[in-house]
Amino acid sequence: MSGDAEHLRTLRPALELRSRLLRALRVFFHGRDFLEVETPVRLRAPAPEVHLDAEPAGDAWLRTSPELHMKRLLAAGYERIFQVGPCFRRGESGGRHRPEYTLLEWYRADADYHDILADTKALILFLAREVLGSTTLRRAGREIVLEPVWEYLTVSEAFLDFAGWDPVEHFDPDRFDLDLVDKVEPQLPREAPVILADYPVQAAALARRKPGRPSVAERWELYLDGIEIANAYSELTEAAEQAARFEEWNRARAAAGKPVYPADREFLAALESGLPPCAGVALGVDRLVMLFAGADSLDEVLPFGGDARTN
Amino acid sequence: MYTVSDLRKGIKIELDGVPYEVVEFEFYKPGKGQAMYKCRLKNLLMGNTTDRTFRAVDKIGKPDLEERDLVYSYPEGDHYVFMDSRTFEQVTIGAEAIGNQKYFLVENIEVSVLFYNGRAIQVVLPAFVEKVIVETEPGARGDTATNVTKAAKLDNGYEIQVPLFINQGDTVRIDTRTGKYFDRVSKG
Repeated sequence: MSGDAEHLRTLRPALELRSRLLRALRVFFHGRDFLEVETPVRLRAPAPEVHLDAEPAGDAWLRTSPELHMKRLLAAGYERIFQVGPCFRRGESGGRHRPEYTLLEWYRADADYHDILADTKALILFLAREVLGSTTLRRAGREIVLEPVWEYLTVSEAFLDFAGWDPVEHFDPDRFDLDLVDKVEPQLPREAPVILADYPVQAAALARRKPGRPSVAERWELYLDGIEIANAYSELTEAAEQAARFEEWNRARAAAGKPVYPADREFLAALESGLPPCAGVALGVDRLVMLFAGADSLDEVLPFGGDARTN
Repeated sequence: MYTVSDLRKGIKIELDGVPYEVVEFEFYKPGKGQAMYKCRLKNLLMGNTTDRTFRAVDKIGKPDLEERDLVYSYPEGDHYVFMDSRTFEQVTIGAEAIGNQKYFLVENIEVSVLFYNGRAIQVVLPAFVEKVIVETEPGARGDTATNVTKAAKLDNGYEIQVPLFINQGDTVRIDTRTGKYFDRVSKG
């Protein structure tokens, strides 16, 4: 038997865990009356986020997320939708990153980031019970207890505690990213899930501003055992602000020598015609499998990781 | 200059006039943030390690490093004279670059020397060298236990722990990485 077949056989427990997890998450969403959808993987106009680079595919790009198409469905009146599928991010390769990975996204109309946090909590607990038969994760000798407490920290609180400054008061993009990685994330509590919420508006991405507090964006990130697992927004629904953000990001991309992406006119038109208040989450399925398996690296749970890393 | 895409385990870089070797390396990226490269760096002058995170825009210095294989000839005051066996050029290296390894220099052994800006900063000896014991208590004949030791001296005054059966005049092998006795090569 070749080394490859040998390696693939050792991954059987991880592949079985992943299969159970995918089945369970569909059970979860169908049970809550969500519609499973599939949207294009190959895009003419990826979201021009400053730090997400799309993989070129002929005269188009591979999606970095299904977000813009999912929101067009919301604007058309679909109120609860979810999707699981491959997404691509050029140049992201490491123990916790793959240039091709599986993303779960779901959206809810007439909801905000607090409502979708309730979904997230219910989903993670449901998956842990169904897949592991336990709501305690075990990893590297640590226990991560998934219920009942989820720590909730604002970005201001976490940065003041762990890095000594408040990025909402005075935003510094370089220092924000460096301190997030070097100081904040390593010091986050690990014994329970952690929600880091209310980002500086400069790091809003596609989140709306907090009503009455425009310097803050209604965005949160879920951390399990100190690892970023999911990102959520109260979605930005104003067409003018969205178009302005796209232009600003494209300017930043051009300044950094990165490709500029064409505007997604259908998406902006959908916002103009009226996107209901809504919230959405993107959750990294590969990382969740890694955490549920108690693994340290994606290599331990993905069968063809080597192929994906060199692509 | 290097860019972050050159970073990998084993590469040697320069920061603020100090050469470092990258001993650990991990790609890291917050979901919406910029790509970063978490490195553990070994200071090639001091030997200590330090953590440093680089961003994609960072430019990283390339140190002027040269590695040469030299043959040890003889000591000269505070310095040690080596010879390049290809060019027959004589190279004098100060004691500070050699550190405690100076006690294990034996004529004609080949060492690997790392030069930074033309100055020797690191001298790596073969893993094992042979040295004569010039002073120790008489051996306990027949006692072959190696876990009981006594003090012994090399010709340069270096003190080492050896098994009881070692005598003055014996030649022993020393592990230069630990500075410890390894085994006996021949009796004196």
